[in-house]
Amino acid sequence: MVCIHGGTVIGYDMARMRNPQPAMRDASIAPASFNDPSREVGKEIYMSVALSAQDISRALTRISHEILEKNQGSSNIVLLGIPTRGAHLAARISGIIKDIEGVEVPTGTLDITLFRDDLRMRPPRAIMPTKIPTSGIEDRDVVLIDDVLYSGRTIRSALDALGEIGRPRTVQLAALVDRGHRELPIKADFVGKNLPTSKSQSVKVLLAEIDGRDEVSIEEEAQ
Amino acid sequence: MRHLLSISDLSKVEAISILDTASELARVSDGAVKKLPTLRGRTIVNLFAEDSTRTRISFEAAAKRLSADVINFSAKGSSLSKGESLKDTAMTLQAMGADAVVIRHSASGAAQRLADNQWMSGSVVNAGDGTHEHPSQALLDAFTIRKHLGKGGSDLSGLSVAIVGDVLHSRVARSNVLLLSLLGAKVVLVAPPTLLPIGIENWPATVSYDFDAVVPHVDVVMMLRVQQERMTDLFFPSAREYSRYYGLNAERMSAMKQGAIVMHPGPMNRGLEISAEVADSARSVITEQVTNGVSVRMAILYVLLAGGALEAGSN
Repeated sequence: MVCIHGGTVIGYDMARMRNPQPAMRDASIAPASFNDPSREVGKEIYMSVALSAQDISRALTRISHEILEKNQGSSNIVLLGIPTRGAHLAARISGIIKDIEGVEVPTGTLDITLFRDDLRMRPPRAIMPTKIPTSGIEDRDVVLIDDVLYSGRTIRSALDALGEIGRPRTVQLAALVDRGHRELPIKADFVGKNLPTSKSQSVKVLLAEIDGRDEVSIEEEAQ
Repeated sequence: MRHLLSISDLSKVEAISILDTASELARVSDGAVKKLPTLRGRTIVNLFAEDSTRTRISFEAAAKRLSADVINFSAKGSSLSKGESLKDTAMTLQAMGADAVVIRHSASGAAQRLADNQWMSGSVVNAGDGTHEHPSQALLDAFTIRKHLGKGGSDLSGLSVAIVGDVLHSRVARSNVLLLSLLGAKVVLVAPPTLLPIGIENWPATVSYDFDAVVPHVDVVMMLRVQQERMTDLFFPSAREYSRYYGLNAERMSAMKQGAIVMHPGPMNRGLEISAEVADSARSVITEQVTNGVSVRMAILYVLLAGGALEAGSN
């Protein structure tokens, strides 16, 4: 972990501090003034890589094993990813489980836009597809999958959305990153990585399916 | 987007996003529980100063499926029939805290007037104003066409649509010409010269007086109602002659392309512009238009109302 510009370091991972190699970012995302000191100050973004592609792949493999362990196999599981990135993560976990167990786990997507409690605070969002596997969710063990667990409000909305579809036996939650700052009593069952962050920072998840590469980084706008 | 007054206010991207939203919302209408909490606590007023069956019920169902509170308000039985002005009515609605008004009015531009003046702060949805526009009908027609004949893309490019009949008095035709051409479809208007408005040459559509020549070449035949209540003049010699030349009967339908569909915005004059045989045939998607209308109107209300203060502050 390395600071891109100025003297500030966002420190959270001592192991990476000692090994700064993966954090040096391509110049396109580096702060404007990094290349051009004449650009206005105050728009600079400090960023550091929290999970590399390899870290993400290992985390997903571990989560897949944990899901199987907790549910004693894959026979009753339904995986539901929350669009956009959660849906891709669900597909990957489904693939990993297939490699482990040799069984195709019913996998779908669950859009929660219409159930959000902050709709009035922002411009309208596009509604993403909801695809519930034909096996349904009735009396199944549903594992919700999202990229970042933050306030917990997305998951509350997801629970409401699930309630409209059926009554699962259990609902579990897997998140690639848990960055803390919960505003609701919600906890993940499976976490790829706990990332202690401050609220002024933002966690950015890149996935190869959409962004061309896998990476989780923490960004902070310089004051 | 704060109001929906005319298709000409929409960009292609906005129109497609409404259609995409509608197809996601259509799933709700298919599900066992036809209800979403999205607009809970919002009040939508249906202000219908002109008769309507489909549009009013459709907007009411759409609002209720999104959990909004609906107040229905028609000219008959309200103070509008005592001569209360649109302004006073609007100010009453504002005082009651309406978040949106869905307005149907016999005067062209009524919705625009409601939106332009500061009489009320809510969104205005044009549900048909005189002979001007009926944007939600055009959106549901485009949605229905895309669902049946869309070639995988998000727009309607490569399709041709004939809009047949009383174009002069039809707000449905105006909105459809604008929207279908915006979405890349080719539109041909078929009508007797007396039922075409002045300035038709500037519309993004071609014109034909010969229905039989057009029928075999189009993917969609959209029939328009002969609007006798708006006809202050004699526009054609007799109903029989109109029906002979511009009505869709079984014989004309048999000349249609394979897979082509028949549409009608309703209410139909069976036996005048469309025969009962055609209206009830397998090619007819007329009742499906009504079903799709609910999803499309849910999408319109979602786009206008689900967003928050940020959006309301703009415009």
